[in-house]
Amino acid sequence: MGDRAAAIGAPDEASMATVEAVFREEYGRLLAALVRRFGDLDLAEEVTSDAIEAALTRWPVDGVPPKPGAWLMTTARRKAVDRLRRDQAFAARLAILQVEAERAEPAPAADVAAGDLPDERLQLFFTCAHPALPAEDRGALTLRCLAGLTTPEVARAYLVPQATMAKRIVRAKKKIREARIPFRVPGANELPERLPGVLQVVYSIFTEGYAASSGPHLQRLDLAEEAIRLGRILRRLLPAEREVAGLLGLMLLIHARRDARTGPAGEPVLLDEQDRGRWDRMMIEEGRDLVPIALTGGPPGPYGVQAAIAALHNEAVDLATTDWPQIVALYDVLLALTPSPVVALNRAAAVAMRDGPEAGLALLDELADEPALRGYHPSPTARADLLHRLGRLTEAAAAYREALELAGAEPERAHLRRRLHAVEQPGA
Amino acid sequence: MKYMLLIQSATAETADAADQCTFEDWAAYDKEVREAGIWVSGESLADLVTATSVRVGRDGGRTVTDGPFAETREILGGFYVIDVPDLDVALDWAARCPGAHGGGSVVVRPVAEFGG
Repeated sequence: MGDRAAAIGAPDEASMATVEAVFREEYGRLLAALVRRFGDLDLAEEVTSDAIEAALTRWPVDGVPPKPGAWLMTTARRKAVDRLRRDQAFAARLAILQVEAERAEPAPAADVAAGDLPDERLQLFFTCAHPALPAEDRGALTLRCLAGLTTPEVARAYLVPQATMAKRIVRAKKKIREARIPFRVPGANELPERLPGVLQVVYSIFTEGYAASSGPHLQRLDLAEEAIRLGRILRRLLPAEREVAGLLGLMLLIHARRDARTGPAGEPVLLDEQDRGRWDRMMIEEGRDLVPIALTGGPPGPYGVQAAIAALHNEAVDLATTDWPQIVALYDVLLALTPSPVVALNRAAAVAMRDGPEAGLALLDELADEPALRGYHPSPTARADLLHRLGRLTEAAAAYREALELAGAEPERAHLRRRLHAVEQPGA
Repeated sequence: MKYMLLIQSATAETADAADQCTFEDWAAYDKEVREAGIWVSGESLADLVTATSVRVGRDGGRTVTDGPFAETREILGGFYVIDVPDLDVALDWAARCPGAHGGGSVVVRPVAEFGG
């Protein structure tokens, strides 16, 4: 929104800061309420932007209204009505849309009085994460519509050119409109099938922000924080869903280590070398409180189990005192829930901590032919670390070199080069 | 809104022998679609060996060839056009279609609207 702010002159900075903060909070809420009302994402986006622009002009002069959200909603609705009057053909189309939407589900309860906007964001989460959209666009759309990021901001977050991102968002919105992907919260019977898709989108935003797969920066904190923000919104909207608690807990517990995770030169610092004093205790507390919520009241889900694993790491003073038997047991549960070679790889690393490197190496050997691990650099890295611990330095060096060929992010590569150097010249 | 459900039958290699649908499955599905009041049209297509392709070149010349044959993994075996409120409803009907089982798939395409 920086560009727009510049375009209207230079309002004083304090009120600008308020304005930005309000928008970050209100954008998704406003957009979702307008989508609910008009059934059209483009119109809703257009008038949301219009209302924000109006606020940028008026608020610095008139002051921020007592109920900013309600002010924005009223303004946006007025703009929508203007737009519909101007464009009769569009209005007629929209009327058909609304009739059909009502055929699909009963009309929503009458709008709550202005100032107390009903929260309609959940339906927008499900639309943005709809399985009929390309997987790579779901995160971008969620950031755009629910986190209130501008298209250039989303492009920067994913390290793609702005034009590319704009094209992808336009394409996704075209599919929503023309294939008529509905704005609705799936019924209780569909939720078990659809909710994991929404959680997956939020978690993919988190992991994307956490470890850039290529390029010079290992961590892009912005995206991880956006994902946590989205996770908090979801948690408020779906307080009874244990996996939502699990996901938020997992993200908080991992993000709590952010300051210790990279060294001064941006190089990654692995768990065993991290200065645990730099972990964010408050965030750990918050994340840990979510673990029992995620794990009680029914069979555990994958996010709850992963959060529990992260919590065990975060509670330990160092690797030696980490509760490895418990971690291995949790990996067993996770592997049963989501059988995957990557989970098996992590389990093997935990087994190596519990039973020694030979035991871990034996498990890695069993995974050697997994096609899913081919080209996945943590696999040769894990092997190299265990070989190193066993003193099999030549083999360790070969495995580090293999990992180096696969790793994309520069800090990760620098770290691997250091490890390779350590096994090639022990004692150096 | 109208959606076409393109029923792609499995080929010999992709078919799941344990999950083949019967004529009765199709009859039951067809009845459901009609009774739900969403049926617009639908046909099942004769065997692929009966298919013929026609192309007209720039010079107006007509080329008629036998086929196409199954180089593709799936063969269009038939279609429905249904009129339902949104994609989720269309996807539900596609999932219930016997053609989506046994290694086959159903492609859901919105029918383009002109001059709406």
